[in-house]
Amino acid sequence: MVSPGAVFAPAFLASAVEAIEMAVIVIGVGATRGWRWTLTGAAAGAGVLAVLVAGLGRALTVVPIDSLRLVVGGLLLVFGLQWLRKGIRRVAATGLSGYKGGVHIDDDAPPPGAGFDPTAFVLAFKGVVLEGLEVAFIAVSFGATANAYLPAIGGAVSAVVVVGVIAAASQAWVRRIPRSALQLVVGLLLTSFGTFWGAEGLGVDWPGSDAAILWLLLLYTTTAAVATALLRRRPALTPARQP
Amino acid sequence: MIRAVVAFARFWYGFIIGDDWTAAAAVAAGFVATWLLLRAHVDAWWLLPLVVVGITATGVARDHARG
Repeated sequence: MVSPGAVFAPAFLASAVEAIEMAVIVIGVGATRGWRWTLTGAAAGAGVLAVLVAGLGRALTVVPIDSLRLVVGGLLLVFGLQWLRKGIRRVAATGLSGYKGGVHIDDDAPPPGAGFDPTAFVLAFKGVVLEGLEVAFIAVSFGATANAYLPAIGGAVSAVVVVGVIAAASQAWVRRIPRSALQLVVGLLLTSFGTFWGAEGLGVDWPGSDAAILWLLLLYTTTAAVATALLRRRPALTPARQP
Repeated sequence: MIRAVVAFARFWYGFIIGDDWTAAAAVAAGFVATWLLLRAHVDAWWLLPLVVVGITATGVARDHARG
């Protein structure tokens, strides 16, 4: 008989990785597009997830997670690339302190108080559904393997709660990121997650598993830094110098 | 009803294509190429990151040239 702690701990750690990915998406989108529709999308995603988990229970593994990864990863990737390119141009043109608080970060985002923002809603919704499903998969698979569902579910739920609390507390830190750089930072994150999930959905085995997200982030950050430096060396053509 | 359908289609067009259709096309091509390599038993984890770096570099260069 496996002890509850031997199931709880790995379920907690594995779920924490997925929960961190979920939190990064929600915080990044919320900070860039505004919180109202980001949190609404996240709540809607959690609702869909709750219905799926309650309806399917242990049969949750019938959900085609690879297809979901492919679709969500592909969409995050094409959208993240747009923000990455715009973010590089903006930082090259204005530097890191170009936009002060209260000014819009994303040119395409509706102004605060405007109506429904489908972009924020969809990004947060997809992030929560995909990562939430992965957490649920972890709870089901760890629980089934050890025939101890309660500690596995406890570990998974605890991880989501702990990461959620830390994420909520980190909002102040996110606000310290220079606003002109925020679109670039979120573009880098969406592009990294999109690459990872999209390729994983196709069947790619990433070297280092989930840690591959970190080296993807490093690769794309280096690319963005080089592109920004090159643009700043030739400022005559950058938007800041346009009439 | 028609207005809602148009708004829905416009949203997804902006989300996926945006102002540079070549990026979405290159990502789609990268996915197809990765899938084909995987089917040929090639461990193609490296392809999509290279595609992303290439798309970013060419997109920024094109924007730069346009001013």
